Amino acid sequence: METKTKKRTGPVIFSGYERGTAIKKALSMNREDILLEIRESKLRGRGGAGFPTSTKWMLTAAALSDEKFVICNADEGEPGTFKDRILLIEYPELVFDGMVIAGYTIGSQQGIVYLRGEYEYLLKPLQDYLESMRNDNLLGKDIFGKKGFYFNITVFLGSGAYVCGEETALIESLEGHRGEARNRPPYPVNTGYLGKPTIVNNVETLATIPHIIVKGSEWYKKFGTGKSSGSKLFSVSGDCEKPGVYELPWGTKIGELLEIVGAKNTKAVQVGGASGFCYNKNQFDRALAYEDAATGGSIMIFNESRDMLRVLDNFMEFFVDESCGQCTPCRIGNVKLLEGVKMIQKGEYTFSYINKLKELGKSMQVASKCGLGQSSPNAFISILESFSEEIFTSQNGGTNEN
Amino acid sequence: MLVEEKNAMTEEIEQLIKKFGKKRSSLLSILHEIQTKQRHISEYAQQEIARLLDIHPVEVYSVLSFYTFLNVNPKGRNLVRICRTISCDMKGKDNIVRAIERELDVKIGQTTSDNKFTVEYVNCLGLCDEGPAMAINDQIFTKLTPEKAVKLLSKVK
Repeated sequence: METKTKKRTGPVIFSGYERGTAIKKALSMNREDILLEIRESKLRGRGGAGFPTSTKWMLTAAALSDEKFVICNADEGEPGTFKDRILLIEYPELVFDGMVIAGYTIGSQQGIVYLRGEYEYLLKPLQDYLESMRNDNLLGKDIFGKKGFYFNITVFLGSGAYVCGEETALIESLEGHRGEARNRPPYPVNTGYLGKPTIVNNVETLATIPHIIVKGSEWYKKFGTGKSSGSKLFSVSGDCEKPGVYELPWGTKIGELLEIVGAKNTKAVQVGGASGFCYNKNQFDRALAYEDAATGGSIMIFNESRDMLRVLDNFMEFFVDESCGQCTPCRIGNVKLLEGVKMIQKGEYTFSYINKLKELGKSMQVASKCGLGQSSPNAFISILESFSEEIFTSQNGGTNEN
Repeated sequence: MLVEEKNAMTEEIEQLIKKFGKKRSSLLSILHEIQTKQRHISEYAQQEIARLLDIHPVEVYSVLSFYTFLNVNPKGRNLVRICRTISCDMKGKDNIVRAIERELDVKIGQTTSDNKFTVEYVNCLGLCDEGPAMAINDQIFTKLTPEKAVKLLSKVK
């Protein structure tokens, strides 16, 4: 485990922050002004989907209810993603201050952190940290002397289900049900946890809020591109000299990132985890941004020695395992795609069948109920297309097992 | 199950309901606590949770069968989970698994004959920059070598 000794630097999140400062400033502002500031910043959800944060907040703020909830989605399950672990260990002040500000802005009294079961070892440190916030009047009654503003945060531990990263599945899980995605509408902003208006934000999204409040949206927009403002945390792993978490402005090219992390002889980069897309050498000039190579931050690097079919096999095994089984396209589709990978590995395939599987993948993208099945075919389609020569010619031309 | 064991279980569930509240949204927290302590959630426990939360027992089973970290049948006293995701795979997770399988004389997914260890795969532990990684119960270990992994297991009681 990395310890807190390492000083990180970056344009926004790692630019330095003192606990409580953003809360203090936010409490001196009108709620409408906070919402406008966030809207101006063009902040979009950092879990990967990129929904405008201010829209979520405005809809929840406008909803009439005696009870509202702020949920921090710390169910970081995407293969290759670990930025939220770093934020929760090293920068809890950013995440929790972000939640308090959200609570104040939308008129909520209760925040819940949905922590993935795999991060159980963070439960105690986080609870201790929340206790220290209570002692310093950053949580609880009349926060910073603001009469009538009460906000509390609790941590809820998940039990090992990737699909619970999907916000409505997460809410089902919190309510004590199977983590199966809901039909939408209604959206959580109206009918969320316990049927009350709820915002569900990614850890990194919430950790960005304090910086926007303290330094302003104009400052924030100096980083990134027009459609993707600010910076992004990238979880980098695989074949490179310096794996780890990097904060880079949106718009950074894949090739630039490879240079920063010391990747050599790179053949492929999987952007966005198992549910993301695979890029080959000819695509390394693509920009990491919502409008180009969009990602929740997982970057997995493969050098020339790697077998891309083994990579794809690993991803499809994952999806077969993690599909919740609620809807048919995802439940059956992922099994069929995995079978296809095994057929190629054994050299027992026809191109016409593989093409049919790609069509099936496209149907899954349209017909699946939630993001899991909508995105699981991405790797199948993009790896088979970007590395068709390697997969169908050099290695698995019909005889070779691997 | 002995009567005393049943009574102790009922009492434990009552305590947990007091702690988390008598409501459906407490279910996973209650299941988690029992799983941690008993290493499984027995049929009796399921029925008692259902009775005390005033829901049908099959509701409890439905939920617990959904989540990877909750199980009906007991596992070994210590749970060893090795990350199988591609980043750990590339760093040599197969060698770790083979070394553990040889040393404990089990195949992945099985429990040792002395009931001391259950060895399983787990999907991404979120330690991709420090792989290969594994968890022994609620502790995590990174940058493993086969030798290091086996040594860690030998220290477990």
